[in-house]
Amino acid sequence: MNSFEYANPNTVEEAVALLASEWDETEVLAGGTDLVTSMKQWVAAPKRVVSLKNIKDLQGIEADEKQVRIGAMATLAELIENEHIQKHYPALITAARGVGSSQIINQGTVGGDLCQRPRCWYYRAGLGLLAQQNGKSLVKDGDNRYHAIFGNDGPAYFVNPSSLAPALIALGATITVQGPQGKSREIKAGEFFQTPKSESEREYGLQPNEILTHVTVPISNLKNATYEVRERQGLDWPLVAAAVAFNLDGETASDVRVVLGHVAPVPWDVPSAAKALDGKNVTEESAAECGETAATGAKPLSQNGYKAQLVRVAVKRAVLAATGKPMET
Amino acid sequence: MASTAWPKPDQRQLLGKRFDRLDGPAKASGTAKYTHDTNLPNMLFAKALWAPHGAAKVSGIDVSAAKAVNGVAQVWSVEPGTEVNYAGTLVAVVAASTEEIAREAVNKIKVEYEVLPHNVDDRDPAKVSGEPSKKEVPDAAGVDEAFKSAEVVSEGYYGASPITHCCLEAHGQAAEFRGGDLYVWATTQNVSGYAGSVTDAAGVPASQVHVECQYMGGGFGSKFGADQWGQICVQLAKQTGKPVKFMLDRDQELMIAGARPSVYGKVRVAAKKDGTVTGWDSDMLASGGKGGGKAPDMPYVFTGVPVIRNVSRGVPVNRGSQRAWRAPGHPQNCLITMSALEDMAAKLGMDALEFFMKNLQYTGRPDVYRDELTKAAEMIDYGSKAHPRGDPTAGPIKRGLGMALHQWGGGGHGSNCDLTVNPDGSVDAKIGTQDLGTGTRTVIGIVVAETLGIPLERVKVNIGSNAYPNDGASGGSTTVGGVSSSARDAATQALNIVLDKVTPELGVPVDRLVARDGKIFDADNPSKSMTWEKACSLLGQMPINTKGSKDPKDGTKLTESGVGGVQMADVSVDIETGVARINEMVAVQDCGLIVNLKTAESQVYGGMIMGITYALYEEAIYDPVTGRMLNPDMEFYKLAGLADVGKLKVHMMTGPGYDDRGVIGLGEPPVISPGAAISNAIANAIGVRVPIMPFTPDRVLAALGKGGAVA
Ligand SMILES: Cc1cc2nc3c(=O)[nH]c(=O)nc-3n(C[C@H](O)[C@H](O)[C@H](O)COP(=O)(O)OP(=O)(O)OC[C@H]3O[C@@H](n4cnc5c(N)ncnc54)[C@H](O)[C@@H]3O)c2cc1C
Repeated sequence: MNSFEYANPNTVEEAVALLASEWDETEVLAGGTDLVTSMKQWVAAPKRVVSLKNIKDLQGIEADEKQVRIGAMATLAELIENEHIQKHYPALITAARGVGSSQIINQGTVGGDLCQRPRCWYYRAGLGLLAQQNGKSLVKDGDNRYHAIFGNDGPAYFVNPSSLAPALIALGATITVQGPQGKSREIKAGEFFQTPKSESEREYGLQPNEILTHVTVPISNLKNATYEVRERQGLDWPLVAAAVAFNLDGETASDVRVVLGHVAPVPWDVPSAAKALDGKNVTEESAAECGETAATGAKPLSQNGYKAQLVRVAVKRAVLAATGKPMET
Repeated sequence: MASTAWPKPDQRQLLGKRFDRLDGPAKASGTAKYTHDTNLPNMLFAKALWAPHGAAKVSGIDVSAAKAVNGVAQVWSVEPGTEVNYAGTLVAVVAASTEEIAREAVNKIKVEYEVLPHNVDDRDPAKVSGEPSKKEVPDAAGVDEAFKSAEVVSEGYYGASPITHCCLEAHGQAAEFRGGDLYVWATTQNVSGYAGSVTDAAGVPASQVHVECQYMGGGFGSKFGADQWGQICVQLAKQTGKPVKFMLDRDQELMIAGARPSVYGKVRVAAKKDGTVTGWDSDMLASGGKGGGKAPDMPYVFTGVPVIRNVSRGVPVNRGSQRAWRAPGHPQNCLITMSALEDMAAKLGMDALEFFMKNLQYTGRPDVYRDELTKAAEMIDYGSKAHPRGDPTAGPIKRGLGMALHQWGGGGHGSNCDLTVNPDGSVDAKIGTQDLGTGTRTVIGIVVAETLGIPLERVKVNIGSNAYPNDGASGGSTTVGGVSSSARDAATQALNIVLDKVTPELGVPVDRLVARDGKIFDADNPSKSMTWEKACSLLGQMPINTKGSKDPKDGTKLTESGVGGVQMADVSVDIETGVARINEMVAVQDCGLIVNLKTAESQVYGGMIMGITYALYEEAIYDPVTGRMLNPDMEFYKLAGLADVGKLKVHMMTGPGYDDRGVIGLGEPPVISPGAAISNAIANAIGVRVPIMPFTPDRVLAALGKGGAVA
């Protein structure tokens, strides 16, 4: 990695003041499981690294009757072990557990999971977030087996890597960020991510000098679950993930949300699939129909048609799991 | 006189029992120093710049900015005009006082390329180059006729993607000149033969090259000589007068340090309705790099099939060159052969086990394979789990069984052992071999201790240096046969010298003396005895020194060649997601006389795990656009973890007919069958063949016709 200045502020205000107003000049360091790798590979080469480790306000998970507040620096392990999360949000537990490696679960943070950079192999090889050569996408003619099947009209073809994001969006979470002059804003989790149009943009809606401070998840009676399709059982990325949440009145589902992971440059909210289940009794058939609807409109690239099939299954199984009747696999 | 021959079963004290590795504690505690851990005073660290194009010509290279970086000692670079045949080719190497400085300087090097067209597609018949190789038995007309008149013909397409060696310890070395001599700390499968690969770069004769490799983190056939990077390392050490360490980075390791060639193609099998195979006809594309490639001769193991046609065409590709990969050619050959044969069994509606049994007359060792198949079937509970192709149970999870047979040589290589017995009874053995992690050190200790009748702890084993008597390269499963023979020979000679001293002291004829349990005693009257230490004190002041070799002078044959093995896999496949998982795998293996049962079994476990990895996950993925390898990391170059391997069971064939053959190697055999056994198990589970390995969800779904998107 390059030589850089290391800053270790004690407050969010100090941290924000240390951040540049241009991307790539400075980087925020949380658990470092992504940033340090990127720096070692020279994909990131900031002049200054601002650690959040000492900022008390960013730590911990707190709950009242209405909501759970998750600090950006809460680790994935803290999330998994938290009784409120366990009680209300199985979708988050499954997603965090899925990360698979105890080292990363112990070290990686919720803020870092949401802000981690895509794993697109062209990007990680230093060929740019949009992976273009002479104005042409390398992904379309290249090897795109792990790339996007939705939201891939260009120029971005990578998939959003966060496992927590689909679950948080399905649960109606809000992300709070803080910028200069103590200004903070709240963003609905579903609106936090964006598809970059140029290399100078990032895939989430932070300003370069803003920090994600915490995530708030409303407590509700929503049944919720995540289902991930993974090639390996150990440390691996899901090929496709689905998070669902819905109200269950007797057998009938309402207020349904279906959000997919690893299929698009952003976590992919599918209202049409939600609608397909809304007002229906949750059965194998209606769950399968919900999955079928979720896969409708997929536009696979040359090598990733199989992901549409995985969407069908992941959604179906997530719906069934949410009702407490997970399919045995 | 004690005999050089291996002891009879009832006389073995240590042979065939379970021993922990002698170097286990050092490895577990981290005190074992690998090449990667070599850190010398004033050492420079080298980092490389590689070409990012599948094919190119270097039209200009400017290293001045790198040289100007504070802390940079020396830069090596290619000449303008150099051709690049694959991405990853080294174009410059910087030696600097820290790794970080070297890396930073590397980034400042400017290279101009004339980018040339490249090809990384190894499956396109249009990209074939050169003459196909063809073998026809009895002849072309005979093959055509056999297939025309066959009762049943089954056809299929099969293939194995390219993979790399992915050694956990990357390739590389540290080098230092001291007083005109070159000292090299290498990670190598060949300490005794390594010097010759650096003498040109060093400008000193091999007699002045000292090579050391005490521990190494995997080679699998990719680490014999110094390679270009080792030579550059030596050159940099020479130019700077300082020690230099140059280990490849993970990405470079995966791109340039060796790959297993890919093979794809069509196979036709002819058989009688009763299941007897009558003909084999394969037409393959093979690819191992710029030079194209050749598919192995098929069929595998069932080599006696009367009618055979093999056509192989080479496809040159711009990717790092092939290297011997653990049992070169065998895993691919096994996959294609066993898959094609099992497809025939399925077509005939015949149980696969019965089908393979029926055709054993075509193998070199029908009786061994019959025993091994029977044992494996018992271990996996074949009788109650087997079903015809396609698991009929409801639900998305389908379960299936598959099997494969393999063979290997494994005779010992040339080996020399110097053995010293000191008057205080301490013993020290020296062999210029290396322990790849397989337990070679321990095996040598066991053989010496067994022969002298002393505890294993009494033997000091010295290996990993070319200062010791030379020993062959550790390739082809030849090490254990070699080192156990030379160690046995040297130790027997030493024992006989000691026994000659003991005979008059005890008044017992030498032929009646037995060395066991730290004593030398009269076989007819065990109370007439003397401790090993007492016996050695009879040597006087001087230690004795004997020299053993793989071929003892008395003509005793201690090693053999030729082993067989059978593996069976029990898998579950989710036909909605295409994810395949191993429930259980069993391996039955013979390897002659087993020296250390524990490390022999470990070798088989390791082989199965490596095999599960290449069967389900591992693939070197190349970008058609840039020609670069896209997954030169351990994130998307996927290896199995503990959670992925299921339950593994190993059975070693021992006893009469096995032990009496002598010691035979085991490095490669267990890694051959897994791909084929798993492929067959998946076909048995889901009802269709997944043609190309690794059997990833996308390929499984494609085989099931579920690969496509909603319109
Ligand atoms: C092999 C492998 C498999 C993995 N599998 C999964 C998986 O299945 N699912 C999954 O979700 N993740 C997976 N991960 C990724 C892992 O979860 C992330 O690396 C981790 O969550 C990042 O957290 P961190 O605290 O270490 O972030 P860091 O590495 O410290 O930061 C990551 C990025 O986020 C930015 N950042 C961090 N915190 C903030 C903040 N509060 N405000 C603004 N910006 C911030 C940093 O600047 C940096 O760009 C995997 C990682 C590996 C290596």
